[in-house]
Amino acid sequence: MSASAVFILDLKGKVLISRNYKGDVDTTEIDHFLPLLMQQEEEGLTCPLLSHGKVHFLWIKHSNLYLVALTMKNSNASLVYSFLYKLVEVFTEYFKELEEESIQDNFVVVYELLDELMDFGFPQTTDSQILQEYITQEGNKLEVTKQRVPNTVTNAVSWRSEGIKYKKNEVFIDVIESVNLLVNANGSVLSSDIVGSVKLKVMLSGMPELRLGLNDRVLFGLTGRDKGKSVVMEDVKFHQCVRLSRFENDRTISFIPPDGDSELMSYRINAHVKPLIWIESVIEKFSHSRVEIMVKAKGQFKKQSVANSVQISVPVPSDVDSPRFKTSVGSAKYVPEKNVVIWTIKSFPGGKEFLMRAHFGLPSVDKDELEGRPPITVKFEIPYFTVSGIQVRYMKIIEKSGYQALPWVRYITQSGDYQLRTNS
Amino acid sequence: MTDSKYFTTTKKGEIFELKAELNSDKKEKKKEAVKKVIASMTVGKDVSALFPDVVNCMQTDNLELKKLVYLYLMNYAKSQPDMAIMAVNTFVKDCEDPNPLIRALAVRTMGCIRVDKITEYLCEPLRKCLKDEDPYVRKTAAVCVAKLHDINAQLVEDQGFLDTLKDLISDSNPMVVANAVAALSEIAESHPNSNLLDLNPQSINKLLTALNECTEWGQIFILDCLANYTPRDDRESQSICERVTPRLSHANSAVVLSAVKVLMKFMEMLPKDLDYYGTLLKKLAPPLVTLLSAEPELQYVALRNINLIVQKRPEILKHEMKVFFVKYNDPIYVKLEKLDIMIRLASQANIAQVLAELKEYATEVDVDFVRKAVRAIGRCAIKVEQSAERCVSTLLDLIQTKVNYVVQEAIVVIKDIFRKYPNKYESVIATLCENLDSLDEPEARAAMIWIVGEYAERIDNADELLESFLEGFHDESTQVQLQLLTAIVKLFLKKPTETQELVQQVLSLATQDSDNPDLRDRGYIYWRLLSTDPVAAKEVVLAEKPLISEETDLIEPTLLDELICHIGTLASVYHKPPNAFVEGSRGVQHKRLPPRTGSNESPESPELAQPAAAQPADQPPAVIPSQGDLLGDLLNLDLGPPTSGGTPAITSAMQMGAMDLLGGGLDSLLGGDLGGSPAIGAGSRSCSYAVLPQCPSRGWSRDLFDLGSGVGMPAGSYVVPKTVWLPAMKAKGLEISGTFARRMGTIQMDVTFTNKAMQIMTDFAIQFNRNSFGLSPAAPLQLATPLSPNQTIEVSLPLSTVGPVMKMDPLNNLQVAVKNNIDVFYFSSLYPINILFVEDGKMERQVFLATWKDIPSDNEAQFQIKDCHLNSDAVSNKLQSNNIFTIAKRNVEGQDMLYQSMKLTNGIWILAELRIQPGSPNFTLSLKCRAPEISQFVLQSYEAMLKN
Repeated sequence: MSASAVFILDLKGKVLISRNYKGDVDTTEIDHFLPLLMQQEEEGLTCPLLSHGKVHFLWIKHSNLYLVALTMKNSNASLVYSFLYKLVEVFTEYFKELEEESIQDNFVVVYELLDELMDFGFPQTTDSQILQEYITQEGNKLEVTKQRVPNTVTNAVSWRSEGIKYKKNEVFIDVIESVNLLVNANGSVLSSDIVGSVKLKVMLSGMPELRLGLNDRVLFGLTGRDKGKSVVMEDVKFHQCVRLSRFENDRTISFIPPDGDSELMSYRINAHVKPLIWIESVIEKFSHSRVEIMVKAKGQFKKQSVANSVQISVPVPSDVDSPRFKTSVGSAKYVPEKNVVIWTIKSFPGGKEFLMRAHFGLPSVDKDELEGRPPITVKFEIPYFTVSGIQVRYMKIIEKSGYQALPWVRYITQSGDYQLRTNS
Repeated sequence: MTDSKYFTTTKKGEIFELKAELNSDKKEKKKEAVKKVIASMTVGKDVSALFPDVVNCMQTDNLELKKLVYLYLMNYAKSQPDMAIMAVNTFVKDCEDPNPLIRALAVRTMGCIRVDKITEYLCEPLRKCLKDEDPYVRKTAAVCVAKLHDINAQLVEDQGFLDTLKDLISDSNPMVVANAVAALSEIAESHPNSNLLDLNPQSINKLLTALNECTEWGQIFILDCLANYTPRDDRESQSICERVTPRLSHANSAVVLSAVKVLMKFMEMLPKDLDYYGTLLKKLAPPLVTLLSAEPELQYVALRNINLIVQKRPEILKHEMKVFFVKYNDPIYVKLEKLDIMIRLASQANIAQVLAELKEYATEVDVDFVRKAVRAIGRCAIKVEQSAERCVSTLLDLIQTKVNYVVQEAIVVIKDIFRKYPNKYESVIATLCENLDSLDEPEARAAMIWIVGEYAERIDNADELLESFLEGFHDESTQVQLQLLTAIVKLFLKKPTETQELVQQVLSLATQDSDNPDLRDRGYIYWRLLSTDPVAAKEVVLAEKPLISEETDLIEPTLLDELICHIGTLASVYHKPPNAFVEGSRGVQHKRLPPRTGSNESPESPELAQPAAAQPADQPPAVIPSQGDLLGDLLNLDLGPPTSGGTPAITSAMQMGAMDLLGGGLDSLLGGDLGGSPAIGAGSRSCSYAVLPQCPSRGWSRDLFDLGSGVGMPAGSYVVPKTVWLPAMKAKGLEISGTFARRMGTIQMDVTFTNKAMQIMTDFAIQFNRNSFGLSPAAPLQLATPLSPNQTIEVSLPLSTVGPVMKMDPLNNLQVAVKNNIDVFYFSSLYPINILFVEDGKMERQVFLATWKDIPSDNEAQFQIKDCHLNSDAVSNKLQSNNIFTIAKRNVEGQDMLYQSMKLTNGIWILAELRIQPGSPNFTLSLKCRAPEISQFVLQSYEAMLKN
């Protein structure tokens, strides 16, 4: 059904740790993995699914590690990749960083986790918060009798344990919207969408029932409210805890939240918003002598708002030299290892327009290899503002002990995959 | 202090030291030692020698230590089966430990010790754990049943564990239900006939309830299991869909894809005029689009699946073109898949945008991506007529870049455009000719040669151009050689006076100096044509070419339906059925979409009345693989007996057969080869991608392995009486007569050998020449005794269809060589085509309708069968026993209409409509097939069967 065995390899293909879940695949098969991958890389065509004879390798790469799942069956590939990413997530939460050293330093726990996360190829409990209740790094210090399976593992509410206590009951809600943009070289917008996410930091006692109200247009339509200030969400994805059938029925977002930090939901909005930061660029290349770059950036959002830590990366050929810059605001820097000029503006008020000029020398001899034409990319953050206009209207918190709890809301809009193609 | 210290042990006497430490009295020291052992194991050192010492540490109350010992056991038990018995007691004891964590650990580990001897000791503890009060133990025990089944299936059945497992589906705990479902599905997968997952409306309801409560993984197990269920009617189907749709909002991409699988499958049963059907279609698009913001590997799986979904139901994503635009930082595998989907979604409405994007991509630096983008431009020209002109000018711009591989790729696609729009864009030929010298890839050279040959009359120096290729004729690839031969013959037919010498030259190069049989044969055919009847030659070689299709590399509909049932799995990523890459799945049932059961449809479907009439607009698109495409594939195939590793040999042999009939032979002689367009993507990526060609390969395994299941051969299939194949006077006294028959799914050649000479004959052997359907002896010819004078021996020789394929004329010609101690004799015989009709040739009614419509009416052949005095039922029965299956029967204006299908061993389908007027002895037979040459042979079989 899914994985027969899971391997963690270093970049040279050495097995750091592995777990053979089903025993139908010979573990020496993993030796074929790296040569296959190398061969593909040489041909310039990598693929996350490799096969050798009857064995199929599904792999992902994380920092300096390969995580590889082996199977001989018609496995559920999306399940396997999700699981591998889940492994990374759990290990990262256990060890802060997942890398060669952290695996060696913690191999006993890694084995325990591998044993608990998957059984005979079926993923089991993968919620690291719950796992940490009974698989601990200081296992030997605990009294044996104390080690019990938390009920949570098998409960319908498998993400929250009972008996949590806080002196002050609070919920912090972060609404974060990332703007994805793709603009072609003549300045027309090819695609733009907003991926939003609602993150929670829950510090509530007991097993509270929460209900989140948003200005969702479908909901407003259902309840016959004015649709003026509402938002159409194209697609919504929820955390395990949200009752999906309830949402399907009457658009109510109701749930028992996990404790601490979690992502409650994400949504996608296919709105044609004006690009928040608009870039016009002229990149002129004079072969064998110089490159001249002129970049104009314009803040196309409300005057009251300010974009912070704006970074505009402009690609330059790999063989340029002697950079010179002039900026109307902020500072520019040449980063040779990435072949870009990064123009940084700490604070960029809405409605303003800034200019940057750069001048580079070019060697008199052409370089051999062709270069791609990477786009200009922009990073920014605009606090206290959502580009879609989505708002938290209420957060109802009901717990049987009847305590009063305060919800806090923050909004922020940031750049997602924000690319503007250039002509040269 | 970290664990890494355990990896640094002293080299000298390591095992010895460890042994001492393991037997130490101090608990702490013991534990440290076990950790060192595990560390050594992890880095791949063999520490199996320590087995007894480690197992001795098993009886501990320290959980961490116990886990490590168990881990060690799992690794080495198999190599030390005798000592592994030592562990049994502890397992039994641990399964009764008051701590559920330990009980679960024991039951989990037990199942991983794959030692047969131990297994039976574990049954009792397992039985207890399956009924444990703690759900954590029960869910672990459920999985253990699957593990045990994998080691000893009989034992598990005898012990009644399967029933207990089935009971767990009704467990109160959702996690237990999910694991029980997963375990049962796993067992059912390896034992397809076990009928374990006896899904019925009640159990389905339980699963749907558990779906709301279990973890994300549990939801996937349940959804994947639901996908195997076939609802009784459209109402049940709708109610399941309604309860599954909320899963589309799950954050885990795998949950979403499994839900999409269930919906795509069950939708098939919903009447299309139902409001809910439209609602469901609309609900599917947003989650599919959102999958593209997942991690790249998940995006890749999603894209491969979207590729299938777009083919099955194009309406779902037709407005979502923009999300498939390629981003600079997409990994190459994502880029290529996006491009594929862009072409599929291209339409008149969005073509301008698509072209602008493709042009952008074609100037990137990634070679494979650029090539594919250039091909995509060509596809757009062919798909959207209005854009053709813009596409051509874009391609010309690209040719001006002089980037070598761009130029070659552009020429290959321009040839397709010429083929689709003849005499429209030949003004660009001059530009193309300028680049002649830079072409070094066979495909581009062949394309250019085709263009020169096709437009020879308008290219003044066509003879010079072609002559220039002739110099290195023998160094060219077969593809180029064949094309050059055809092009020069075309040139000769167009300008006979100036090119006589050239055509002589190429014909002699092809026939005398080449050892490639394809080239030689084609050379001879041209030669004879030209020398016997130049007018006929002109008609044949310069005949009008069949149209090329708009879509290439579409997946054949039955395979597509099967892949839809496997959404999210490896099969959907490879675009291959599971039996093509999973061992031991040959007997496994192919998954199918459920038939539509709209309440308004009576058994005599009204749609059958007008097979060619308008179908609902969203029928699967036409799947007429373009001819040259197939030829191209054929040429690249190794014609020797297939022994390649990737796909099973049987499949590839079948493909060859199918292709030869569809794409080789006639069409290429017509000069139309290469006119199609090579599948975009196919062949351009060497590994794992290889899109299976369009020929249906399903059913093959069934007809070999599923004989017992009732589709086998009823008695009474028609066998032609024996005829004399080789008279005695031609064979030094040996007379051979015979016939062909199909019995129990096997083709047999019944041969009678008679010795009419004066001496004893021995050492018989038989060999077939390559033939149209790859017939070859499945066993050596064995005559029990030597053949004495005047003796007659009858032999039945089983035949297979995996031999080498070559198109014969007539198609059913079989050339045979028989050897004995005297000489070798050659003869040829004609076999009735019905021996090739396979047992699973019954087409789904829906597929029949769609296929009937897909096959162009040019391919339809109509015949009269005279003097047949049978009623329609008798006809049906008679044909059925010869594997011609009646799919539906209708009565129109007093006439009986029988709709029938049959399938050849190489996967080619033939559809038939037989009209019978009660009382009249004359029947009308209409046949449709993608390889219309077959029709007349099918007619012969019909006649023979019905009249005997």
